[in-house]
Amino acid sequence: MLNKNIYLILIISLVFSISFWIGFNVNLLPAEASINAPIYDELFKILFIIGLIIFIGMTIAVIYSLFKFRKRNDQIGDGIALEGNLSLEIVWTIIPSIIVLLIGLYSYNIYDRMGGMKELNHNHEMMSSNTEKIWAGISQTSDNELAINNLSIEVSAMQFAFLFNYPKGNFISGELHVPVDQKVSMKMESKDVIHAFWVPEFRIKQDIIPGQPTILNFTPTKVGKYPIICAELCGPYHGGMRASIIVEEESDYNEWFNKNKKPEVNL
Amino acid sequence: MTISIDPQKTNNESLQPKGWLRYFSFSLDHKVIGIQYLVCGFLFYLIGGTLASAIRIELASPMSDFMPRDVYNQVLTLHGTIMIFLWIVPVVNGAFGNYLIPFYVGARDMAFPRLNAVAFWLIPPSGLMLVASYFVEGAAQAGWTAYPPLSITTPQSGQIIWILSVLLLGGSSIFGGINFIATIIKLRRPGLKLMQLPMYCWAMLGTSLLVVLSTPVLAGTLILLSFDIIANTGFFNPVLGGNVVVYQHLFWFYSHPAVYIMVLPAFGLVSEILPVHARKPLFGYTTMVFSIMGIVVLGLVVWAHHMFTSGTPPWMRLFFTIATAFIAVPTGIKFFNWVATLWGGKISINSAMLFSCGFIINFVFGGITGVALAQVPFDIHVHDTYFVVAHFHYIVYGGTVFIIFSSIYHWFPKVTGKMLNEKLGILHFIITFIGFNLCFAPQHWLGLNGMPRRVAEYDPQFQFVNQISSLGALLMAISTIPFLINVFLSVRNGKDAGDNPWNSLTPEWLTSSPPPVENWEGEAPLVEEPYGYGKEISEQK
Repeated sequence: MLNKNIYLILIISLVFSISFWIGFNVNLLPAEASINAPIYDELFKILFIIGLIIFIGMTIAVIYSLFKFRKRNDQIGDGIALEGNLSLEIVWTIIPSIIVLLIGLYSYNIYDRMGGMKELNHNHEMMSSNTEKIWAGISQTSDNELAINNLSIEVSAMQFAFLFNYPKGNFISGELHVPVDQKVSMKMESKDVIHAFWVPEFRIKQDIIPGQPTILNFTPTKVGKYPIICAELCGPYHGGMRASIIVEEESDYNEWFNKNKKPEVNL
Repeated sequence: MTISIDPQKTNNESLQPKGWLRYFSFSLDHKVIGIQYLVCGFLFYLIGGTLASAIRIELASPMSDFMPRDVYNQVLTLHGTIMIFLWIVPVVNGAFGNYLIPFYVGARDMAFPRLNAVAFWLIPPSGLMLVASYFVEGAAQAGWTAYPPLSITTPQSGQIIWILSVLLLGGSSIFGGINFIATIIKLRRPGLKLMQLPMYCWAMLGTSLLVVLSTPVLAGTLILLSFDIIANTGFFNPVLGGNVVVYQHLFWFYSHPAVYIMVLPAFGLVSEILPVHARKPLFGYTTMVFSIMGIVVLGLVVWAHHMFTSGTPPWMRLFFTIATAFIAVPTGIKFFNWVATLWGGKISINSAMLFSCGFIINFVFGGITGVALAQVPFDIHVHDTYFVVAHFHYIVYGGTVFIIFSSIYHWFPKVTGKMLNEKLGILHFIITFIGFNLCFAPQHWLGLNGMPRRVAEYDPQFQFVNQISSLGALLMAISTIPFLINVFLSVRNGKDAGDNPWNSLTPEWLTSSPPPVENWEGEAPLVEEPYGYGKEISEQK
């Protein structure tokens, strides 16, 4: 009996250490290029490790049973008439409940840190009317003073392109240029069918819906060029509906912005 | 409570064709209808599988070069619709439900045999109509979810035929659901208590409740959608003031429970198969029953987790996260119970057992990614990507389809009186298991790294992993060959099975194989302990 327990403890600790090792050493995710990304990857790592422990544990249990309790040629009759074990069943109801609850609370915390639970504020003179209903997206760091310095961009999506309107410069671009480490606030609306704005390196996604503006706020942290991908089936060329987001140093961004800026026209 | 069946009333044997012809007739025999469902479903599975192969061929290269882009969208729409509405739902409910439930409750047929036949005969015409819509103006191309406004703006005839077809299939499903509930509740043999029923009855009771509660919502939604398409109404059309997100709520109110309509019966079937081949009672019968009902209740209140990126208020995201994650608890209980059923048994390693164990391993994997997907912050990155594609194929293919094959190996001797060849069966399992995991496991990585679903072209950096996935799909296609050879050879030349080759204690085995028209020559046996392995009753056998 003692021997058996030692083996059990050995196997369990082996499963745990393998899972932790894989969880910390195998990276399945793309580069981290926004404030969201490291927060997301932290959640991913935890879920990955818990998942690995359960999966490896269950797989070992099934394969071990098949091997250990297989019917030998000389055997007749049935296995033991064990119909259940209440305390065991209570244990494997309560432990998963606690794990699930903890994961839920933890992911709530993550979601809050990503800005998902905050009120959305897309600061822009043209759309500050209170009557307009804006649907939730993700909103980071909504410190009010920061929010005023937001870079506001209006995104229109259509079959099969994204257009980025810079109201302050009065121009429209097919590429999204943003300065690094500065919060970007986007109001998105679709001209035809549902699209979605997804930047894998930023770990953010928000549907772009016709007739209903959506908001997405993010802060890029790494200079580079990343793909913007439409993630909602939108027609035959859905797979080709991509754009680029170019994160650059503030000076480079300003240069680009001033080059494209059109003089304000007073109507 | 006792409903006696007058043999003269139901015995319309003389009116029915004999031999193989009865499978093409409006038969009222639940066993014939069950086989009709199975064979019809399998034919559609072959069509859906061919479409899947076409998708994997297209995705073997990063460019859209195998078929035109709009045809690709039609292919993926038809693949999803056929696999769900014409293969998995009819087979796992209709085929096994019709064949087994009357045996399990000790009845001679289903409660409403004519309704039953109508429910089946709705399927072939609507399925053929769906496939044939390709030749009209092109089939529907808005995905199986048919989200407006895309479904309103794509060619109309395909979308309308799609709606009509899904409505008829939904009707068939509702008829079946009503029939199962009535049969399980009202047709039980005198003396048979609810808590003595084999687990598949409970699974079908729960599934049928979900069918009856949620399918009408889908029907209503699709009727409104068809008005938007043909009558220019504006329920979901934003140009006319409609709201596209409302459609998503209504659609997923059915289509999330639809996942449980596809997996709960599989949970029931595996609960029948494991005890027989492990020679042990089903572990924790009562908790299994409660966890099925728990899944039914929770399954109705989790639909918005399909819409975390669509525009939902934060509180709603939070509620649906917690509700969804909690489904893991009753589901987890069932998996622990199955492993405990194996533990200490005398397990025969045969095709049915291997497919069931493959199911456990695949489904645990799919369940773990499911809990992860339930978390809003996690889902926001991977929603609508290949990660989700991989997740739900682990649930419906690695889960349910593995159980369909397991069930075919288990009940083939009952239906035909012949055994399937074990060597071919194990070969079938090995190729399917390797092919399946090779096809879908790498797709998790694709989704995490930036490949959205439903695309015909993708970033060239994903080509190698997509080719591995396509290789897996090829193996899955090949795996049907040993299976089909096995079935055709065994029907003709298989080893005689005898009445009860597995020494099972469930009631369907306590009659001849194949069973007579009214299931038992005499009175239906009273089986109070369908899982009494290792006890005296089984020692007497």
